[in-house]
Amino acid sequence: MSAHAIDREEMDAAPGGRERRPGPARLTKVELRKMVDTRSGFWLQLAVLGLTVLAVVITVLAGHSEDKTFRHVLSNALQPAGILLPVVGILLVSSEWSQRTALVSFALVPQRPRLIVAKLLAGIVLALAATVVALALAALGTALASSSAPDVWALPIGLLGQDVVYVVTAMVIGIGFGLALQSSAPAIVLYFALPVAFAALGSIHALHGIVEWINTAEALEPLTTTVMGGHEWAQGLVALALWMGVPLTIGMWRLTRGEIG
Amino acid sequence: MIEAEKLTKRFGGRAVVDDVTFRCEPGTVTGFLGPNGAGKTTTMRMICGFSTPDSGRAGVLGGAYRALSNPGRRVGVLLDASAQHGGRRGREALAISAQTMGVEEGRVDDLLGLVGLDKSAARKRVRQYSLGMRQRLGIANALIGEPEVLILDEPANGLDPEGMRWMRGLLRDFAERGGTVLLSSHLLHEVDAIADRLVIIGSGKIVAEGSKEELLSGAGTLVRADDAPALGRALAAAGLPAREADGGGFLVEAEPRAVGAAAQGGGVALVHLAPAGDAGLEQLFFDLTTDDGEEGK
Repeated sequence: MSAHAIDREEMDAAPGGRERRPGPARLTKVELRKMVDTRSGFWLQLAVLGLTVLAVVITVLAGHSEDKTFRHVLSNALQPAGILLPVVGILLVSSEWSQRTALVSFALVPQRPRLIVAKLLAGIVLALAATVVALALAALGTALASSSAPDVWALPIGLLGQDVVYVVTAMVIGIGFGLALQSSAPAIVLYFALPVAFAALGSIHALHGIVEWINTAEALEPLTTTVMGGHEWAQGLVALALWMGVPLTIGMWRLTRGEIG
Repeated sequence: MIEAEKLTKRFGGRAVVDDVTFRCEPGTVTGFLGPNGAGKTTTMRMICGFSTPDSGRAGVLGGAYRALSNPGRRVGVLLDASAQHGGRRGREALAISAQTMGVEEGRVDDLLGLVGLDKSAARKRVRQYSLGMRQRLGIANALIGEPEVLILDEPANGLDPEGMRWMRGLLRDFAERGGTVLLSSHLLHEVDAIADRLVIIGSGKIVAEGSKEELLSGAGTLVRADDAPALGRALAAAGLPAREADGGGFLVEAEPRAVGAAAQGGGVALVHLAPAGDAGLEQLFFDLTTDDGEEGK
């Protein structure tokens, strides 16, 4: 390392220095801001909130009395976030290409993976926030329903953990799809179409044994409904590793090897 | 300072940028001139680390762009004025950049004022912006970190004459305070008035480089007479290479003194005799950037 490079590093380390590298916390804040400051981002978040309220209201009004437990209302309240947050994640990454903002973003953060890490962190923060909102709304709905069912408020801690895993991984998978395809429409279509295709494959008897390990609908379905056992966790983790790992790996490879803009 | 050294980039076997070398010094405005598709944008993208050269090297401020720890505070980049999210408000687009590079958000409003985007424009979504407004937003975005270097791709595209005059003042002022500017254009008159130096590129190769005066010194003489055919014969008789210039008369590859003597020899009365100037630069640009630039060499 040359003397010049060392000087530069010392300068970076100086607090408040204008040349200090933007840290992960700052970049994550910027990415959170970018998720809500566009027209599409704003309406998408509002749609998640509105549908969560709707899911709670419908469950409370129309559900059977024994279904009006916190655990059941929460499971329904998480579905809008689980379905729509991945779209937020896809757009967070793919819009950099489809709206061409990559030319601005990567000019300011030329170490490309750092920007993607910030996007992942921002996505996780948003997913956690959505889970908290769903918890609050489900609690409110359950209280208003005042069901006479036994153990209305029972929520196994394991299930709560699974709920968090469900929403966070959905977001990460979305970001992976956005990164791998670098284009909004194909990423959204594939994100929703691929699981359907896998489910169809699963109906072929000979393939069913394999598909139940990789089909998200099947492998992840228990996450929000039942406390999972060893076998279910194994299937869930394999499916998650595949659906998060493959798009993220392809995406990072494209990002670091390829041209931008 | 901006450096490109033997920069080469191939797409599908074709060299889009071919052995390009130039330097931009602090205190100067360099006009990067060439027709569309000549390799200007690809060169600038390589300088900013968006594209990897197949061979050669590009750098800013003595190192690779990607090695800059907070590039927004040192280099202002505008590679495409349309590269802003259409659904984001103009002010917000700048605020995001400011936050990324650690500039207090108050500066955003100063910059909006500087580039002439008023409060109502700042509140609009970028989708509603005209190209000229996008250019102004892009220039504000490039300036927000108070950089030492500006790299601007076709910044005058879409600006009205008033906007052009404004940008000329802005960039001249930036260079006079010690900044380095590289701006590209496919139109000679856009960079002609702003730049101290011109780097002319055609079909991926640098075909000419230097100050306007240096380039013009080889541009020849513009001569006109009422009797154009007689003037043509007189020049041919004197063995001076000439061709018809746009707007009448001849562009002659010789000093005015020799051209005048040739006209006298042919008994032709002249109405104009002077170094070719802008007409020569226009012709030079045209010659250099067509036929792979070989004709003009």
